[in-house]
Amino acid sequence: MGWIGETVDSIKSIKIRQLLTQAVTLGMIVTSALIIWKAMMCVTGTESPVVVVLSGSMEPGFQRGDILLLRMTKDPIRTGEIVVFKIDGRDIPIVHRVIEVHERKTTGKVDVLTKGDNNDVDDIDLYADGQMWLHRHHIMGRAVGFLPYVGWVTIIMTEKPIIKYLLIGAMGLLVITSKD
Amino acid sequence: MHSFGYRANALLTFSVTALAFICAIASLSDNFSNQNPSAEIQILNINRFKKQSYENDEVSLTLDISADLESLFTWNTKQVFAFVAAEYETPKNSLNQVSLWDAIIPDKEHAKFRIQTSNKYRFIDQGHNLRGKEFNLTLHWHVMPKTGKMFADKIVMPGYSLPDAYK
Repeated sequence: MGWIGETVDSIKSIKIRQLLTQAVTLGMIVTSALIIWKAMMCVTGTESPVVVVLSGSMEPGFQRGDILLLRMTKDPIRTGEIVVFKIDGRDIPIVHRVIEVHERKTTGKVDVLTKGDNNDVDDIDLYADGQMWLHRHHIMGRAVGFLPYVGWVTIIMTEKPIIKYLLIGAMGLLVITSKD
Repeated sequence: MHSFGYRANALLTFSVTALAFICAIASLSDNFSNQNPSAEIQILNINRFKKQSYENDEVSLTLDISADLESLFTWNTKQVFAFVAAEYETPKNSLNQVSLWDAIIPDKEHAKFRIQTSNKYRFIDQGHNLRGKEFNLTLHWHVMPKTGKMFADKIVMPGYSLPDAYK
């Protein structure tokens, strides 16, 4: 109970200049995080350099909650590559393996078929109605690296937003009540 | 400076940094492993070779695949994904790759194998170009680590061909 009293006291005794300094510090931290994220986007060549695995369709290699590091280069798409793609009209990126490639001689365009390692059938049913192949513009990146379990933080924060608010509230409280 | 909040924060930051460092080192160690896998594929039989109802050629084959992928496993390997694909060229397409069979190899004990199987996935062309077609069979492997960089490579075996007439 004394801890709560201390916190209330320190909030009451805050001066304007101190408050502004802390607000600027907070702003700097958020901005640096944003800069790092955008720089990663530039380096890896893809809109989302990191994705969290959400489904079990690539088990046992990738489990729900793992993190995949992505990279996109101009190299042609070949079978065996694990690609992340979005179907037109849907938001959620899907991470599956390429099992078929047909590349046109004249235009260099490719028709690509994908399948999750743990699925019995290929992804034809996942594609939009009438769509038989994926094309290069659907593909956002190739998976080049892998970190286990780290993605659970994101999954928990998405599925139980109360935890996100709790965390942000606790961090905010920490910043405000710091004596610096 | 010595409150619970600060100590918890410092502990968390340090442990996350240490874990990230360990993951990076584990991944780097994979670069030093010596790898020499080998494989051989024979086509035992062409089971069916026909034009489908919507005008694309389809082939069904029985393959005899033997491979030794033991040298790909390091202490940082979670599994190796191996697959066999057929590669060929057609007048319209500069490259066609069709995956015929794949398997997940969970550990070193299962990495040396010989299997006779018909193709797991349908071998369907975009068109009817497969009569008398020469193609390569490639064995690809994709090493999925416990943490860090994934890498893949393949062995290309040329010189296979399909019969000149439908069967």
